[in-house]
Amino acid sequence: MLKVGGLSCVRGPRTLFRDLSFAALPGDIVQVTGPNGSGKTTLLRTLAGLSRADAGTIEWNGGQGSRDTVDTPGTRGGQGTPGTHATQGTQGVPALAHSRAYVGHAAGWSGTLSAADNLILAWQLDGEAAAREPGAVVAALEGMGLVRQRNLPVARLSQGQRKRLHLARLSRSTRPLWLLDEPSSALDDAGQQLLEALLGAHAAAGGIAVVATHHPVAAAGATIRRIELGG
Amino acid sequence: MSGARGEPSDARGERAGARAERASAARAEPVSALGAIGWACRRDLLLTAHGKSELALVFVFFVLVTSLFPLGVGPEPALLRAIAPGIVWVCALLSALLSFGRLFGSDHADGTLEQMIVSGAPLAALVAGKMVAHVLVIGVPLAMLTPLIALQFGLSAGAMIVAVAALLLGTPILVGLGAIGAALTLGVRGGAALLALLVLPLAIPVLIFGAGAVDAAEAGMSAGAHLSLLGAGLIAAAIGCPFAAAAALRIALD
Repeated sequence: MLKVGGLSCVRGPRTLFRDLSFAALPGDIVQVTGPNGSGKTTLLRTLAGLSRADAGTIEWNGGQGSRDTVDTPGTRGGQGTPGTHATQGTQGVPALAHSRAYVGHAAGWSGTLSAADNLILAWQLDGEAAAREPGAVVAALEGMGLVRQRNLPVARLSQGQRKRLHLARLSRSTRPLWLLDEPSSALDDAGQQLLEALLGAHAAAGGIAVVATHHPVAAAGATIRRIELGG
Repeated sequence: MSGARGEPSDARGERAGARAERASAARAEPVSALGAIGWACRRDLLLTAHGKSELALVFVFFVLVTSLFPLGVGPEPALLRAIAPGIVWVCALLSALLSFGRLFGSDHADGTLEQMIVSGAPLAALVAGKMVAHVLVIGVPLAMLTPLIALQFGLSAGAMIVAVAALLLGTPILVGLGAIGAALTLGVRGGAALLALLVLPLAIPVLIFGAGAVDAAEAGMSAGAHLSLLGAGLIAAAIGCPFAAAAALRIALD
């Protein structure tokens, strides 16, 4: 379970959000909406441990040794704090640091490497079992309609195809917390359906997804929570 | 300025909790420190194999700049032999400096650095892996090119061997310092110039002991003391630099 309490984020003179609290249970999909510049990306980056929160707490499977406190201003969220490095919770639930999969604005792929190489490197970095499984790369790429592009350098893929490569990565991700920033941008209708199917399967397996998007999120069988960030 | 509040629905809590446990049974192993070093090193070597031309520039620069000195100061063997150790080291330092931008630059631009942090793999180990790869593709070839330069300056065979050894010990330290500088200047406008200003003063001890080793060998003395100091610096750099660079990367990405 993901529990965010009193999270505030100030960037220079602007307050992006203040005292933001929400909780998500396994199987929940949290849709973050709001106008441009309302802090959707910052919220996701904070949850991902990339950005510092100015106040508030991010709790993961509360009280299981993976509490991630960011109470004091200037403390980084999601990294470096002692709690993050308590690697295992009491019930074998991994700490927040090893639970996140993030899809951001930057592609996250090396343009000179092939789609297949990129995918396997991403899985290896996350410690996914799929990286050691022969045929998993081709199968995942096939599922996303990228199998013919598997040996092409990512630089020669279209924006939509790069997003689909992320879907291929997520399709074998065992990480329970997905943080997706505008995952459907540049995706065609078929890609959008693939994304929704993935989100549905993730929720059904007890995963949590936080999705920042302007598009309505539909995922079969999942509870959708909406969070509106003010402008 | 507004917040939002979602209320947890306890009704589904238990069912969902059971699903979460089932999902955690099939969970993958987090990457170990050694695994992270191997991953980053392998990835950077793979990237280098796909972009060799950028690398060649560094070596061409090294050979070209060292070749300018005999043309500039005149073909006097005694003078050239006297200045050779310093020139080899200054040029190696400048060539290495040219290459530091690529340590994190493209990974920052394409979002790979973000993925490295989010993955939860030990970031210092990932940085260490990148440093190892950089030493292999920049440091070792620079050292291997040194005999060629030494020939131009008429250095003795003994001094040539010491120069190669000193560069093999010294370039990893330069790469370590460069990694810190590159991480600190990541995403900064005019970062390359700032990187040079940051790294060059810190590289002075390496320059002194590296050139001193070659000087000593050329004068027929033992270079052992200089090489030992370089070795000690290498150990300190190997331990300290990955952590410092990792900390700087986290700041740069915030």
